[in-house]
Amino acid sequence: MAEAATMQVSDEVAVTINNMNKWYGSFHVLRDINLTVNRGERIVICGPSGSGKSTLIRCINALEEHQKGSIEVDGTLLSSDLKNIDKIRSEVGMCFQHFNLFPHLTILENCTLAPIWVRKTPKKEAEEIAMHFLEKVKIPDQANKYPGQLSGGQQQRVAIARSLCMKPRIMLFDEPTSALDPEMIKEVLDTMIELAEEGMTMLCVTHEMGFARQVANRVIFMDEGQIVEQNEPEAFFNNPQSPRTQLFLSQILGH
Amino acid sequence: MANTEVSFVRTETLPPMAPPIGEQGIVKWLRENLFATPANGALTLVALYVIYVILSGSMPWIFNGVWNTSSLTECREVLDGTRGACFSVLTERWHQLIYGFKYPPDAYWRPNLTFVLMLVAIAPVLFFDLPRKMLIFTAIFPFLAYWLIWGGTIMTPIIALLGVVAGGFVYTRFVASNFAIGFFGAILAALVVWIIGGFMTPDTANENAMLQAVPSRDMGGYMLNLMLGVVCVSLSIPLGIALALGRQSDMPLIKWICVVFIEFVRGVPLITLLFVASVMLAYMFPPGTTTDLFLRVVIMITMFSAAYIAEVIRGGLAALPKGQYEAADSLGLDYPQAMRLIILPQALKISIPGIVNVAVGLFKDTTLVSVISMFDILGMIRGPILGGAAEWNGVYWELFLFACIIFFVVCYGISQYSQWLERRLATDHR
Amino acid sequence: MAILSDPPEGPFRLSMLLSDTRYRSLTLQAITALVLALCLAYLYRNISTNLQAQGLSLGFSFLQDPSGYDINQRLVEYTSQSTHARAALVGILNTLLVAVLACITATIFGVIAGVLRLSNNWLVSKLMAFYVEIFRNIPVLIWIIIIFTIMTNVMPTPRAFRGDAATSSMLFDLFAFTNRGVYIPGPGFSNPFFASVGMNWLLVIAVLVGSFFGARAIGTWATKIQEATGDRPTTWYMILGVWLLPVAILLTVMGLTWDIPALKGFNFTGGIKIGGPLIALWFALSIYTGAFIAENVRAGIQAVSKGQTEAAGALGLRPGRIMNLVVLPQALRVIIPPLISQYLNITKNSSLAIAVGYADITATLGGITLNQTGRAIECVLLLMLFYLTASLLISAFMNVYNASIKLKER
Repeated sequence: MAEAATMQVSDEVAVTINNMNKWYGSFHVLRDINLTVNRGERIVICGPSGSGKSTLIRCINALEEHQKGSIEVDGTLLSSDLKNIDKIRSEVGMCFQHFNLFPHLTILENCTLAPIWVRKTPKKEAEEIAMHFLEKVKIPDQANKYPGQLSGGQQQRVAIARSLCMKPRIMLFDEPTSALDPEMIKEVLDTMIELAEEGMTMLCVTHEMGFARQVANRVIFMDEGQIVEQNEPEAFFNNPQSPRTQLFLSQILGH
Repeated sequence: MANTEVSFVRTETLPPMAPPIGEQGIVKWLRENLFATPANGALTLVALYVIYVILSGSMPWIFNGVWNTSSLTECREVLDGTRGACFSVLTERWHQLIYGFKYPPDAYWRPNLTFVLMLVAIAPVLFFDLPRKMLIFTAIFPFLAYWLIWGGTIMTPIIALLGVVAGGFVYTRFVASNFAIGFFGAILAALVVWIIGGFMTPDTANENAMLQAVPSRDMGGYMLNLMLGVVCVSLSIPLGIALALGRQSDMPLIKWICVVFIEFVRGVPLITLLFVASVMLAYMFPPGTTTDLFLRVVIMITMFSAAYIAEVIRGGLAALPKGQYEAADSLGLDYPQAMRLIILPQALKISIPGIVNVAVGLFKDTTLVSVISMFDILGMIRGPILGGAAEWNGVYWELFLFACIIFFVVCYGISQYSQWLERRLATDHR
Repeated sequence: MAILSDPPEGPFRLSMLLSDTRYRSLTLQAITALVLALCLAYLYRNISTNLQAQGLSLGFSFLQDPSGYDINQRLVEYTSQSTHARAALVGILNTLLVAVLACITATIFGVIAGVLRLSNNWLVSKLMAFYVEIFRNIPVLIWIIIIFTIMTNVMPTPRAFRGDAATSSMLFDLFAFTNRGVYIPGPGFSNPFFASVGMNWLLVIAVLVGSFFGARAIGTWATKIQEATGDRPTTWYMILGVWLLPVAILLTVMGLTWDIPALKGFNFTGGIKIGGPLIALWFALSIYTGAFIAENVRAGIQAVSKGQTEAAGALGLRPGRIMNLVVLPQALRVIIPPLISQYLNITKNSSLAIAVGYADITATLGGITLNQTGRAIECVLLLMLFYLTASLLISAFMNVYNASIKLKER
């Protein structure tokens, strides 16, 4: 796609995952994952439910632990050292399927919380940053409302703004649109596209194939905890190689 | 044209009509609510009879009551064989019922004032809409209340307050960088202030103090119930939070300490804990020290209610979606920050109705101290008033009725508050 | 959280004790253990010094000494020559007795009040709400003392039953309510199978247990028939027969007699005497806890949504069947767990017996024995141990029950 081509991908490496394995008890969720993400890359991960795609990106900011292999984010090895974990978490933003906004705080407080307590930003400055990003997601006028008073789409955009306030270098999206009504999906996707155009490194677990075609420069298909196929979107959608990918695509695009 | 025509358009609106007679007004209400079926009607009659028996027994007795005699014999004379209550026991022994029989009479205004101030202090905690600035008074209140009730030198509460302020200052100064430094630094700062203050206060300070010092063994009556209830519930909330968090911890040792404590305390009756306070705890303090019974009872009741409150808060913690923990983690907040800023504010809010229920139960249970010979309202009634002098020997019902009413008003009021809060939290968008 | 990217190389640094997830939790626990041990050692030192100062030592041999006090209300043989341990046993049995009695009556009160509170009869439901609120919001100790006062001050003396000008009379000539307690007819056997009275009653209970299984078997049989043919045979008369016939035959063969209380001199003799303290405790615990149970029952029935009843009705089930097959199974899941914790509360609250002089475990072991021997620590510990065991048994039972009824959900 024309737009995707204009977005620059540098040679600098943002995330490296080497031979990573994860088990829940004796269940092997992630099997031998190898993945390198360059700065500025926009990767869409898809696959049937239970294929481990959410678990994979949750491992990147240590929401889940992995048992074998290594993950390196921005040159920091994700190890058992708490300092490294904290560093990586403040560099990596994440958006969840159910937004997970803090319902007892206003939109503005949601956005300033982490900058104030983690980055030690002065309150005033943090609020300026927050307003900047709220404007960017087009809801500055809701800043003093509570999350429960907003629609789902608005909440998800706030969640994106909340992550951006930490000035992350990488953004993770865990099915950001699956809990939304159809008419709200577009507003969230537009925000994400805008973010991509600015060159943010993004890993998205999503089933929005239109979004993948338009924005992604790589699509990864996962099944049974393994990366089955990855390719540029054009080739991935038009000419899938693996039979499992073909079956999956026929199921989600078939109707 | 009629039969073949399927399309139909109404051109005029039918006016609403009144329902048939028997479906409206008081007749309908009676029929639906009292005499829906023959069995239901019989039930109504039985209920009416029960109400009649209760009222016909109690009303003449209450309205024929005598309010201003000084002994039972005098009261009987006034009643002159008719049925009536001797409420004069309440008026004559009012002070004993409320303050106990040893509290200095010229100091009765002190607990009264404390009670009024307590209502002011507690209001912003119970009603979120009140200005948050009132919480400053709530913070000062415990020290003020201690000084008012126990009297003695004003130095004690002031030094205590200074210690807390110093601790609070250190905490806010350092908590942003590291919770542990802030927390333990605050404790250290408070201790330093207290110890220095303790040296600075002269030993004789109590003797020429503005307010006469009253030892806690002189306190009794309903005041004692209220004091125990309020003090123990307030102290047990922080302890309960700590226990609930400890029980959720993934560190097995800490988890098991909390589980054992909670299950142990919940597994034994309060009265055995009061026995511990009255006969056992003295052995556990350092040799040579004496602590008064009030303090020992407060320690045990606090532990008791903390265990129950911990379980309520655990429920609140469990009710939070896992996503809240994950969102806090993913933003890079550490454990104390996540708990303080995200998890506890929400969990505590959900838990308030449960905590209030524990508080009501606990307040009722403060009557148990009469078993270990403290003279709370029940102790006063059973001890000095009924069992003491002969004046009022035999005036059971008036006294018990009074005790019932005075507990009912408070407990029912609090539980209505908790239900109101529950409804409000259910609709609250925040 | 132990994140294990293949362990980082490098030497062990002391700061890793706190900053490394592999060691952090161990460090914190070690500190906790240390603090705990210090506290316990401090307490131990205080206790032993204090005990030494008073010339006391810990030990349980005092339990074998003669108690030297009498207990009126008892289920097993006991005299003032018996040991303190025996007194404690009497106390335990009395605690269990009042707890079991109160659990049964509290359940009855609670279920009736809870169901009636949902009645569409306005007056009745208001009356029940009144009952619940009054009894829930006044301390149980006050109720115990009020009922005890009624028992001792309002009930007539046995003397009032005497002579031609008696001011009181026995109910149906069978029951006597006096200020010394309530006298009821006591059953006995003229032709017992065993010399020991207890054994005969055990036999009766065994027969009843047999009847229970018999009734269950009939139910299973009826279900089988229903599954095979579609028609459920009428079984109520068979079940009634299985329950009543065997026990009636047994009692007749053993020659059941009733020992009816009678006024002899200044007091009643014969029959069974239920002391005032027991009645006060039993009745007060029942109505107080009954109010709580009523709320549980109401909440349980309301928890079953109206849609369930409507759905069952739409399938063509009759109201009785709807209750049995749809509403009750769901409501009981909600009602029974809090009901069991109310039983736990009754057991714990029965310790208030000490306030009215009923000889339960708290009053014997924690009261008289403690005061006579001065063995405060040992007595209180044993007392707690008993209640703790009882509580743990009840909650273990509850956990098993909860696990067994848990709805299968995704």
